[in-house]
Amino acid sequence: MITLAIQNATLAVVALLTGVALVAIAMWLAGMISPRSFNPQKGEAYECGIPTRGESMAQFQVGYYLFAILFLMFDVETVFLYPWAVRVRELGGEGLTAIAVFFGIIVLGLVYAWRKGALEWK
Amino acid sequence: MQDFSVATNWFHALLAGVMPEWLAVTLECLLIGVGLLLVYALLALFYIWFERKVCAAFQCRLGPNRVGPWGLLQSFADMFKILIKELISLNHIDKFLFALAPYLVIIASMLAFAVLPWGNGLQIIDFNVGIFFLVAVSSIGVLGILLAGWSSNNKFTLIGALRSGAQMISYELSIGLSVITMVAFAGTMSVGGIVEAQNHLWFIFSGHIPAIIAFVIFMIAGTAETNRGPFDLPEAESELTAGYHTEYSGIHFGFFYLAEYLNLFIISGVAALLFFGGWMPLHIPGWEGFNHVMDYIPSVIWFIGKAVVLSFIIIWFKWTFPRLRIDQLLSLEWKYLLPINLFNLVVMVLVIVYGFHF
Repeated sequence: MITLAIQNATLAVVALLTGVALVAIAMWLAGMISPRSFNPQKGEAYECGIPTRGESMAQFQVGYYLFAILFLMFDVETVFLYPWAVRVRELGGEGLTAIAVFFGIIVLGLVYAWRKGALEWK
Repeated sequence: MQDFSVATNWFHALLAGVMPEWLAVTLECLLIGVGLLLVYALLALFYIWFERKVCAAFQCRLGPNRVGPWGLLQSFADMFKILIKELISLNHIDKFLFALAPYLVIIASMLAFAVLPWGNGLQIIDFNVGIFFLVAVSSIGVLGILLAGWSSNNKFTLIGALRSGAQMISYELSIGLSVITMVAFAGTMSVGGIVEAQNHLWFIFSGHIPAIIAFVIFMIAGTAETNRGPFDLPEAESELTAGYHTEYSGIHFGFFYLAEYLNLFIISGVAALLFFGGWMPLHIPGWEGFNHVMDYIPSVIWFIGKAVVLSFIIIWFKWTFPRLRIDQLLSLEWKYLLPINLFNLVVMVLVIVYGFHF
């Protein structure tokens, strides 16, 4: 008799392998039946019709990194909220005061980022 | 209520009777995999047809109506056509990452798909942290999109992938906080447990105003999370040709298309699970006769029906609102949805702990 946790983990692996199988089988099938033709122009990047200028794996705006860092902070903080959320009924008012400190830090972080102008797209 | 676990237990006993235990388990895993694959593909094809029909209705057109009755087989025909299209090999791409990206996108949606509660006793994975697992695996998809855009070595795909990355990670916060709000109300993270907790009344009705606010935010963030709708900047066709999957051809492109429609189903499925009771029929306390009549409708129909109605709303968004700019998109999330969501969580906790009513 296998336990429930092992059963769930096994099924998660089954779902993962199903995903891999879907892509692998469809790619294999398409490789078998799809036509092939060669033309030097075909391998070029799909842009405007004229040859690409410069490097495409180029530098990009720093704003994207800024939002990624903000996301990282807030996401980790919300992960810590999950265990408390499950037990919120049992913990009651005492748990509420404890989490209020933690929650205050999250809100302070958001206010700080906002005041610093990190939420403006430049 | 019909209970599917009776059928699955009977099937397991039948298999275990004629063959050793390990073989029976392996066979069942194989059957689950095949079933998952079939439902996944059929649902995606149905959704492609559904979206085209709905879009046509909004634009006073007929939509697909030639292949099969009401054009139902149109997406099958499209699938076979996309299979026989040439897979173009490109010169300047990062071949390994280019091939890896569709795997990540499909795996993310497949794992999230397996957690959904399909019916009474008809749920593939039922972790005790089910909803947390769902949020975790669905965020793998953004990696696939970023890899696809970066490895294609094309300016359009790079911009599309970066926009998509910024958008998906930002709106993930709102999804997470809405989920926490409802987890706090349900008192459990297990998907089965959340459904059971809505036995008497769905959370959208029993959760007072905070649940309604959480639902509205979840739908907005879910639309952004699936790169649809007014939030389809990553593939804004008038600016970026097709966004992050510009360089993909044939079935390679088809995977992104498939995953996009499946994500639409998953988002509506999770919304149905958190706010409309998953597979739980509509029960109204005190109306015994009405509740019994509702129990006769199979639970699978309840779940799929709710998910399709909710995805109709998301499709409706897409064909009604104009596309946002990237700065509007990010300020909507960080300056409006996130503070409202944090406040909403506090209100919900006050409702739970002190029993305030609104």
